[in-house]
Amino acid sequence: MDLENVPSPAEIIDVGKKKIMDFSKWIPVAIVVLLILSGLRSLIYSIGPDEVGVIQRFGKFIGLSSPGLHAKIPFGIDKVTPIKVEKVFKEEYGFKTVEPGIKTRYSSGNYKDESLMLTGDLNILDVRWIVQFKIKDPVKLLFATRRPEDNIHDISEVVMRRLVGDYSVDEVLTTKREEIDDLAQQEIQRILDSYNVGVHIVTVKLLDVNPPEKVKPAFNEVNEAKQEKEKMINQAWEAYNKVIPKAKGTAEKTIRESEGYATDKINRAKGESARFLATLEEYKKAPEITKKRLYLETMMQVLPNAKAKYIIDSQQKTILPLLDINKQGGQE
Amino acid sequence: MKGLRLTIVIFTALFVIVIASFTIGLVYIINEGQQVVITQFGKPVGNPITSAGLHFKQPLIQEAHYFEKRLLDWDGDPNQIPTKDKKYIWVDTTARWKIIDALKFLQSVGNEMSAQGRLDDIINSATRDVVTSHLLVEAVRDSNRILESKPDGEDVIVTEEALERIDVGRKMLEGGILEKAKVLAPQYGIDIVDVRIKRINYVEDVRNKVYDRMIAERKRAAEKYRSEGQGKSAEIEGQVAKELKAITSEAYRQAQIITGKADAEAIGVYAAAYSQNPDFYSFMKTLETYKYTIDGKSTVILTTDSDYYKYLKSLEVVK
Repeated sequence: MDLENVPSPAEIIDVGKKKIMDFSKWIPVAIVVLLILSGLRSLIYSIGPDEVGVIQRFGKFIGLSSPGLHAKIPFGIDKVTPIKVEKVFKEEYGFKTVEPGIKTRYSSGNYKDESLMLTGDLNILDVRWIVQFKIKDPVKLLFATRRPEDNIHDISEVVMRRLVGDYSVDEVLTTKREEIDDLAQQEIQRILDSYNVGVHIVTVKLLDVNPPEKVKPAFNEVNEAKQEKEKMINQAWEAYNKVIPKAKGTAEKTIRESEGYATDKINRAKGESARFLATLEEYKKAPEITKKRLYLETMMQVLPNAKAKYIIDSQQKTILPLLDINKQGGQE
Repeated sequence: MKGLRLTIVIFTALFVIVIASFTIGLVYIINEGQQVVITQFGKPVGNPITSAGLHFKQPLIQEAHYFEKRLLDWDGDPNQIPTKDKKYIWVDTTARWKIIDALKFLQSVGNEMSAQGRLDDIINSATRDVVTSHLLVEAVRDSNRILESKPDGEDVIVTEEALERIDVGRKMLEGGILEKAKVLAPQYGIDIVDVRIKRINYVEDVRNKVYDRMIAERKRAAEKYRSEGQGKSAEIEGQVAKELKAITSEAYRQAQIITGKADAEAIGVYAAAYSQNPDFYSFMKTLETYKYTIDGKSTVILTTDSDYYKYLKSLEVVK
């Protein structure tokens, strides 16, 4: 071992000290570089195309920023909050969409507290609706109310329940849905504007409105009964339409038949009368001859048909001496 | 090199100063929507500061207390309250409030949590007062429109009590609660801006009774429709019978008239002809009857005086 070139502990410490001194020259530079790098990160910000940036300097609102890449004062002096002003937000009441899509799935969970409400005729309905809104004033949105989303949610419920409480069950179920939609939209907007929430209510829309489960069968029964009534009446009219036109036809036929009889009867009368009168004319010209002729013709035609003929002498007082010329085969 | 080193030193120095200022409390920031009360050794100093931005105060000995300047919400638990007509309902109210005097706020309630507690008391008792002094109908409905509206062609299935005319509606009740609650708030540096009825629901057993009522009402309406159907259908049946009778009897009547007239006319025609020579007519007619009455079953008895057989006796004509 070569003991001459081994440095002494004091020498080692000296070298070490020198090295640290050299190194420490770079410390301020390193600090500055670090600061610049961190500053750069908080120097630039970007606003999306559907957004608006709300700029605060030392907490105070100084202006809005349009979409794009911008610079701000770093180190927490400037603060920019991007707000989506184009997006249409949707709030659901009385239900929850678990999986939107072609076959949307809804939560069967218990939203009954939110959906069951009283109607104007003191009945109960299960009401589901949605509210769609957009942010119209980002400054108000951030600085006027602490929880704009709670305001929207609460007031939507307040207004919808108040409206439903002014209409009857049947009106909410069927006829007045659109009216309620419109009035709700206007009223919610009015109240939220008075709070300066800074949103624009785009639509309020009633979706499924149903009577509560227990009562549903009775409601269905009413619809069925209505249909039954229609059916009964239709069937009665059908029977009418089967019978009456047919009867009318038969009636016509009867009248035509009688007219036919009439024509026949009169024509026959006219015909026979005419024949008689013609014969009468002939008779008038030669009465005796005509009469005899007619008589003999008739006898000629008629007598051969008779089964038995008896010719009795006019002087005969009794019938007994009878000459039977008609008996066949001489049978007695 | 010396210049660069100098700028670096200045920058660092500035940076350190700024950080130090914040740390020792010389400088503080108020965000939009916030307000500050300055206290010195625990005692409030001056008025609350409500403008946003960078502010100065005495370091170390003065402290800045932050409070909300924005509109805040209060949402209490639902209360079970009986109405004037002894209907038990769950009433769920919600309110909007603001800290308008941060100094008073700090001195009275100190923080929001305890303020919420005070608000619970104020608003719940105001709600209870108002609800118990009004009917259920007045808490549910807002107007009398349900009385005026005529359903199109449907029959109204409404309970009697719901049809009562109201002078005070839901909105007015809300206003009443707000009025009562507002009075007690300023002592805490609070302004209650709005109180709304969020939900009104029946208590469990009342709800079931209501369901029963709804079912009975509907059943009754269903019965009505059915009997209307039967009635109308019977009516139509009756009409069929009536019209049928009318048609057939009318047809019969007309037919009789026609045949009657024809018969009369025929008689007239015959009479006109035959009356010109009644004797000849009776002669012709009798001859005709011989044709019909003398047939294969008849037996004819004639004397020799008859015109037909007289020549059997002699050739000469016997007059």
